[in-house]
Amino acid sequence: MNNPGVMGEKVLALFAIGLLLFNPPLLSLFSVNATLFGFPALYICVFAIWGVMIALVAYMVNRRAAAARRDGAPHRPDGR
Amino acid sequence: MLQNWVVLLVSFAYLCLLFAIAYYADKRADEGRSIANNPYIYALSIAVYCTSWTYYGSVGRAASSGLDFLPIYLGPTLVFMLWWFVLGKIIRITRVNRITSIADFISSRYGKSTLLSGLVTIIAVVGIMPYISLQLKAVSTSFNLLLNYPDIVMPTGLGNLPVTHDTAFYVAAVLAGFTILFGTRHIDASEHHEGMVVAVAFESVVKLLAFLSVGVFVTYGLYDGFADLFERARSLPEFSSLTTIGTASSYGQWVTMTVLSMAAIICLPRQFQVSAVENLDESHLDKAVWLFPLYLLTINIFVLPIALGGLLMFSGGVVDADTFVLTMPMADHQEGLTLFAFIGGLSAATGMVIVATIALSTMVCNDLIMPVLLRLRWLRLNEKGDLSSLLLAIRRGGIIFILLFGYGYFRYIGESYTLVSVGLLSFAAAAQFGPAIIGGIFWKGGTRKGALAGLSLGFAVWIHTLLLPSLAISGWLPYNFIDAGPFGIGALKPYELLGLKGLDNLSHSLFWSMLFNVGGYVLVSLASRQSALERIQATLFVDVYRTRSTPSRSRVWQGTATFSDLYNLVMRFVGRQRADQAYEQYRKRTGADLKMASEADPGLVHFTESLLAGAIGAASARVMVGTVVKGETASMDEVMRVLDETSQVIEYSHQLEQKSQELEIASAELQAANERLKELDRLKDDFLSTVSHELRTPLTSIRSFSEILYDRSELGTKQRKEFLGIIIKESQRLTRLINQLLDLAKLEAGRGEWQISDIDPKEVIEESVAATGSLLSESHMELQIRVPDVVRRVRADRDRFIQVMVNLLSNAVKFCDGAEPKVFINIEETQEGLLVSVEDNGPGIPRGAEQRIFEKFEQVDPTATSKPVSTGLGLPICRQIVEYFGGRIWVERTRGTGARFVFTVPFAAGAG
Repeated sequence: MNNPGVMGEKVLALFAIGLLLFNPPLLSLFSVNATLFGFPALYICVFAIWGVMIALVAYMVNRRAAAARRDGAPHRPDGR
Repeated sequence: MLQNWVVLLVSFAYLCLLFAIAYYADKRADEGRSIANNPYIYALSIAVYCTSWTYYGSVGRAASSGLDFLPIYLGPTLVFMLWWFVLGKIIRITRVNRITSIADFISSRYGKSTLLSGLVTIIAVVGIMPYISLQLKAVSTSFNLLLNYPDIVMPTGLGNLPVTHDTAFYVAAVLAGFTILFGTRHIDASEHHEGMVVAVAFESVVKLLAFLSVGVFVTYGLYDGFADLFERARSLPEFSSLTTIGTASSYGQWVTMTVLSMAAIICLPRQFQVSAVENLDESHLDKAVWLFPLYLLTINIFVLPIALGGLLMFSGGVVDADTFVLTMPMADHQEGLTLFAFIGGLSAATGMVIVATIALSTMVCNDLIMPVLLRLRWLRLNEKGDLSSLLLAIRRGGIIFILLFGYGYFRYIGESYTLVSVGLLSFAAAAQFGPAIIGGIFWKGGTRKGALAGLSLGFAVWIHTLLLPSLAISGWLPYNFIDAGPFGIGALKPYELLGLKGLDNLSHSLFWSMLFNVGGYVLVSLASRQSALERIQATLFVDVYRTRSTPSRSRVWQGTATFSDLYNLVMRFVGRQRADQAYEQYRKRTGADLKMASEADPGLVHFTESLLAGAIGAASARVMVGTVVKGETASMDEVMRVLDETSQVIEYSHQLEQKSQELEIASAELQAANERLKELDRLKDDFLSTVSHELRTPLTSIRSFSEILYDRSELGTKQRKEFLGIIIKESQRLTRLINQLLDLAKLEAGRGEWQISDIDPKEVIEESVAATGSLLSESHMELQIRVPDVVRRVRADRDRFIQVMVNLLSNAVKFCDGAEPKVFINIEETQEGLLVSVEDNGPGIPRGAEQRIFEKFEQVDPTATSKPVSTGLGLPICRQIVEYFGGRIWVERTRGTGARFVFTVPFAAGAG
């Protein structure tokens, strides 16, 4: 996690995963006529994935900001 | 409590509260205690993305086509995941270059082109118009609904009312007034509107709370939680289609909307304004990157429940689903909640309208009207005094114009559409900026012509496939424009361009416009060349993380201007007080000495340009600074050399080449020096062996004769005397040799003692002859001297001069062992100086030895006798002395046998 290059790749990977999960055809896998905990399946799945994504991004940003503070490095998104 | 006057009063009170917040935030910012400088405020201000579209429209969309209201919020979430690469970079570029708007951004990237900034402004104004009309429609509809409370009556036929009875017109007028108060109270030297940002952040809180309140009311008030609501909604015939996505066409639309919203979160002028232009600290993005998506998630949780609840409550489609958020509390007679829901909708609309119109009016002023006005010479704007009031007037006019235009679109076109479809029209227009922006920050090859081509093609296709059909549907164009194509040309049918079928209208338009936009941008970029300024800007944008805060950009201006020129220029646009403040800060930061008459260095010119850019945009700022700074921008070559990465590499390799050449030369020199040292070492060895040989010869004879004398006491007196005589002679020779060696060593080391003065050569020669007189007479030499009567004095050391003469004379005596030895001394005056020659009639110097004889210990022994007649040091000493005087010495062959030694001595200065 200390390596900004690796960090950038993780961000890109997360973006790619999000792009796939939030769009058909993967999205249509959840598009079934069923309920989960009383919610329509697609509805609850989209919001769950969404929430997890946001949490992951928040986690990564905080890790990076903490690392930057520790190293005293200037705030440079690409780490150069 | 929902009387008309209450609704009006609360609305006005709310707007006044907003204004008070903005005013307070501005005041705090001026005092240096900024409220806006806070990551939460920043994240909330980005939530201006959620407008009436989200607030009212999403529910309407969900009620008709289910979950496909969501891609509009998933797209921005995805883009914010990339904050690292895209948003962060745009923000950095915007801050470093003091960009004021999206038009400024694009035109700056492509060489600060005014043409491009104008085009972007026109696209933005035309494209955002439907979006603004959407807000007006939402506010006026919701207001008209409240007017009829407690009945729920769908306002219809508003377009038929006279303008003076149309609520939307008054909404537009009030919003224009407030926007003018918000955004254009004064022209700032900075591009930030902190008051506006804080007010918008406040609005984001209000609309979120209001929407959540309605959601909680519907879910837990009208029903018994989510499970109950969804269970009951199962009875709806459309339930399964609303909670799934099924058909291929809905897939296509889903992807299209995701792409559009991803572009919109970057390219919408108001999003660019709040996330990039108004950004006060790049680290705020760290929070916004998850807070903003979280906001989107939260505000969307209740969309589907409200839509389903509304469908259950108002069966039969009497009530427009776009109004469910308001009509459901109304139907349940929740007066307080209804009012709160109305205020929430109002805040969603006003937030968008305020930010969008400020962003657009700034663009219209900075990027469209000012550049044109500044170029119209007959207006003589360049010479006029304070222009800040003109700037304000243009911006205020722009705000009014934009809102009236938006109202016009609403009244005559937009009424027949749902909120979301109107908004998507605007998204598709804003998405046209995508290729120019994304290409501009990642690809250095994008050119101004490419951007112009891409934008105009994409915009043209958008007009043809989305805007014109909307006019046709509203009856402003013949309807067969859609069915049969313009002028009956089937290939140009707006919804089936070139016969492409099977896509929904939005996807169809997005596909064609992006194809033409990206294609035009890339192909024309590849086919055209960049100007020097374009290359500079491209490097600054693409390599923004690599270049230090302000790199050699100052080199772009190479001309002369005095500080007072620049100061007056800035003062005319931002006023004296703010100009003073700005330059004071510059002085503190750089320690520069700012005197009115002093010449401005490139750094100061650049500072001025960016200061003006903050107020009137890069394109206009460049024109204005150009009028003051005389002289050219940097030459093409210099710019290339300094900024182009490739040429930097070439430069480095060139330097390397140069270095290696220098190294080669140095090593060759070293080698030569080494050779010379070796030669000297050899010479030294030779010298030492010669010296020791020369010393040993007399020593050997001294020693052997001494031994004879010592061993053989029987020797007679006569013989004894003879031997002693030899010993004495050899000792003298040894002494002379050592003296000469020391002398030569001293001369060569430059440590000889010289007493240079003006001397009479005749006298010196006579003295030398006298000194060698005994020697001459001993060997019966005949001496002839030819001297002019009057000889000019020469500049030399008297004793050394005599030494040279004596040396040459004794040489002559030594070598002349013929029958009639003769020596001639001749003196002439020449240009070079006094020329003295000593000629003998001895055996002469062999050919090729003329140079050698002046070397140490070189003896030319014509008789080849083993016994040396001289030390071999006389002539080298002579040469040292003559050369010290500034003359030269050489030997010539005479006509007969014999040698003639010639030397020159310079005349004394002024000797006549």
